[in-house]
Amino acid sequence: MFEFPDKTIERSAVELNKADFVSDQMVKWCPGCGAHAILASIANVFPKIGYRKENFMMVSGIGCSSRFPYYVNTYGFHGIHGRANAIASGVKIANPNLSVWIATGDGDSMAIGGNHFIHIIRRNIDVNIVMFNNQIYGLTKGQYSPTTPMGSVTKTSPQGTIEHPFNPGELVLGAQGTFFARAVDTNVKLMTEVMFEAARHDGTSVIEILQNCIIFADKTHQAITDKEVRDDAQIHLKNGEPLIFGKNRDKGIRLNGTQLEVVTIGENGITEDDLLVHDQYQQDPGVHLMLAKMYPPHFPVALGVIRSAMYPTYDDLVEDQITRAKNTSKILCVDDLLNSGDTWEIK
Amino acid sequence: MSDQANFIEKEDVVVKFCGDSGDGMQLAGTLFSDAAALQGLDLATFPDYPAEIRAPHNTIAGVSGFQVHVGRKKIDTSGDFVDILVAMNPASLKSNLKWTRPGATIIVDADAFDEAACKKAGYETSPLEDDSLNGYNLVKAPVTMLTRNALQPLGIDNKNADRTRNVFTLGIIYHIFSWSLDSTVNYFKIKFKKKPEMIEANKLVLETGYSYADTIETLASSYHISKAKMPAGRYRNITGNVATAWGFLAAAERSGRPLFLGSYPITPATEILIELAKYKSLGAKVFQAEDEIAGICSAIGASYTGSLALTTTSGPGLSLKSEAIGLAVMTELPLVIVNVQRGGPSTGLPTKSEQSDLMQALFGRNGEAPVVVIAASTPADCFHFAYQAAKIALEHMTPVILLTDGSIGNGSQLFRIPKVADLPSITPPLAEPNDKNYKPYNRDPETFVRQWAIPGTEGLRHRIGGLEKENGSGNVSTDPANHQLMTNLREAKIQKVADFIPEQTIFGGKKGDLLVVSWGGTGGTTQAAVEEMQKQGKKVSLAHFNHIMPLPKNTYEVLAGFKKIIVCELNSGQFVNYLRMKEPDFKYSQFNKVMGLPFTVTELVAKFNEML
Repeated sequence: MFEFPDKTIERSAVELNKADFVSDQMVKWCPGCGAHAILASIANVFPKIGYRKENFMMVSGIGCSSRFPYYVNTYGFHGIHGRANAIASGVKIANPNLSVWIATGDGDSMAIGGNHFIHIIRRNIDVNIVMFNNQIYGLTKGQYSPTTPMGSVTKTSPQGTIEHPFNPGELVLGAQGTFFARAVDTNVKLMTEVMFEAARHDGTSVIEILQNCIIFADKTHQAITDKEVRDDAQIHLKNGEPLIFGKNRDKGIRLNGTQLEVVTIGENGITEDDLLVHDQYQQDPGVHLMLAKMYPPHFPVALGVIRSAMYPTYDDLVEDQITRAKNTSKILCVDDLLNSGDTWEIK
Repeated sequence: MSDQANFIEKEDVVVKFCGDSGDGMQLAGTLFSDAAALQGLDLATFPDYPAEIRAPHNTIAGVSGFQVHVGRKKIDTSGDFVDILVAMNPASLKSNLKWTRPGATIIVDADAFDEAACKKAGYETSPLEDDSLNGYNLVKAPVTMLTRNALQPLGIDNKNADRTRNVFTLGIIYHIFSWSLDSTVNYFKIKFKKKPEMIEANKLVLETGYSYADTIETLASSYHISKAKMPAGRYRNITGNVATAWGFLAAAERSGRPLFLGSYPITPATEILIELAKYKSLGAKVFQAEDEIAGICSAIGASYTGSLALTTTSGPGLSLKSEAIGLAVMTELPLVIVNVQRGGPSTGLPTKSEQSDLMQALFGRNGEAPVVVIAASTPADCFHFAYQAAKIALEHMTPVILLTDGSIGNGSQLFRIPKVADLPSITPPLAEPNDKNYKPYNRDPETFVRQWAIPGTEGLRHRIGGLEKENGSGNVSTDPANHQLMTNLREAKIQKVADFIPEQTIFGGKKGDLLVVSWGGTGGTTQAAVEEMQKQGKKVSLAHFNHIMPLPKNTYEVLAGFKKIIVCELNSGQFVNYLRMKEPDFKYSQFNKVMGLPFTVTELVAKFNEML
């Protein structure tokens, strides 16, 4: 078991298992939806994290992803469109003793809730944001989202979208994100791993999950997730290890000047020693940004933890200020306050 | 202190300091009111300032004023007309003269009335020279020159000297009342603790102003006001916004629920946010959110986790919060939304006061989303209504909208300091750990209030949200009969609050010729006007409402005792139309004003006389 840096949250006295986190509600996502695998990963990871089950809290906004809280047996709050991150900010600041998990989507967090998304990240409030990126509005039945690839034909873009999509990783790092990880909905083991890492991270953790919407954007991540191509289209980052990928584990990423480059080990004198070694903890986000931006066909997509840097969290700083004020202020109860400053007696 | 030959005994006096924004008029007014309070007088203040921080110099747009009404009688308003006007430049004279009583004393900085400044203010000729002010007691004081001269020996340059012109005028005013300079000198001692030369400079200017007044023949007579008769107790001066903040802090302490404020700065509500941000030592968590929506949504999150959750705003912000208020209605969580009303619609008149958000507070949400609506009357009673709003929200598990306005939010009044232990208890309906029967929407059979199960509590894990829920279980439900039931229950729960609020009081007889009805921030003015009518022997009474939704249970009986009813409000008739809907058996007249200004006692009295 890893050491958790954040000792605020009470740990469970007994060992928990998946069943502790399954709610009695019928799961109403479409059969074949990637969200089912994300739900399974959460049920896997919560017992592993090991907090008291009453100290987990799920918060969501609106969208297919946001039905999530009803399906997990924790304290849960299903909010309104785009506002999950704002609601969760209040939850965590008011009660730092909770492990707060936000289920959100590409529309919920990057369109209608874009403002709250960048600001919760900037403040580094210690919550875990699981963003289901299916590149489409599912619940409203198939309109393009801020991550829909340019040119895609959807119900509201019959001639193809003419919008430049967001890369969530770029947005997170641009907002001074301290943790960003990426996973695919076809790999429960990887999702569980990055969720665990997110829980360990003290600060705002964003996990982008490339999720398939079987109805409105089926196979949107095909170029990354298909069995035939995935070994060449994905690179699984491991901290402290060189960036190697490919069916034959013979491809790597190296830093050539100021740019990343795909190389083949054994060709042109390239050895493992020439490859970039992943450092998820480094403060400077420069390389993390380059990794987050990699995309086929020229690069594999980076999966796993791209960035996990230590910075003070908003919620810790609030508690510090309160402690300091209580130790130094003369006003320690409301009667003190009411009688402070200029007052006078009338008889 | 020199002896004054002619004392004029006064019941009350209205003083207004006005000048360019940046001339320190708000400070001069505040220091004057502190001095008045220490003299044992009752008082009310009203700051009147432009939205711009520093509008162009010497323009009407840049005029900033601070009005103080002091007296030995009970002071309900900041006063209709000014008895002593301090005008630091032509523009401030021009814009305030219409509110100045004939025969009033007008003190001007004569040095500021050059041709250019007069022209900029729209004067063809200098009003100091063209006899247009003959009807007033005009004091042409060379304030700029005397201030500069006084400070020259201290090596203070003209630019810095000019910053103390306000203090000079304060000296003149203190002379008029023959008051001690001590309270103001003490203020300088605290304010400039680390700059002793500034204490000396300000004190010198204050004394110079005082001595100057002694030499002016037109100021030969001086005002005297005896001490006000006020209920015994400890007092302080307080603005409505500070009182609001403190009321919430008291409610948090009394209920044992930690205070959380999620808010975004907006005029004229920002002072509540600023005030609460000071009290981390009381455990108050104040979150300056990225926008109005995040302000309320963070508060809703904090409410779910067991806080006394608040969000503060003004009109446009209330619009932005509408959807989230609906979420708090649906999830039946305690939340207080403070709307310090200003002139609307849209950005409107940010620094002016109005009561035009009542309908929005009552109904401005999608779906049928009833909330409790309360309105405070005066700066000081903002404390008690904030406390009551918190108590109702926490005990009835509902959002409460507390309406104040720019006038009472920024205005100040004397406040009798209560003891927290004497305030009514607050008992939120917390669910017990491991309660096997706990369900999110199980309700108290009497009040229809659901229980509050706080995350972290053992054995109470549950999910709620904005989708309609099955009564009891709290499971998502689209069942038609359940939706009808929940709609009825949400309304009934709010109406039940009427059993827990005081009955409507009547100021004056229970029967009579005319009932004046008002609500919220106009209370001081309508009270003063009705008192005036009663003094004239008229059978006029006042019903001033603070509880709007639900209305007090005896509202019908109150309205039934009078031949005529007139509803006075600073909008086009929102409360009167609400009364027409809720109590349709009566014929209501209305008196409305939408000018960004408070009512004057004079215009109300004229209207009431016309009605009789």
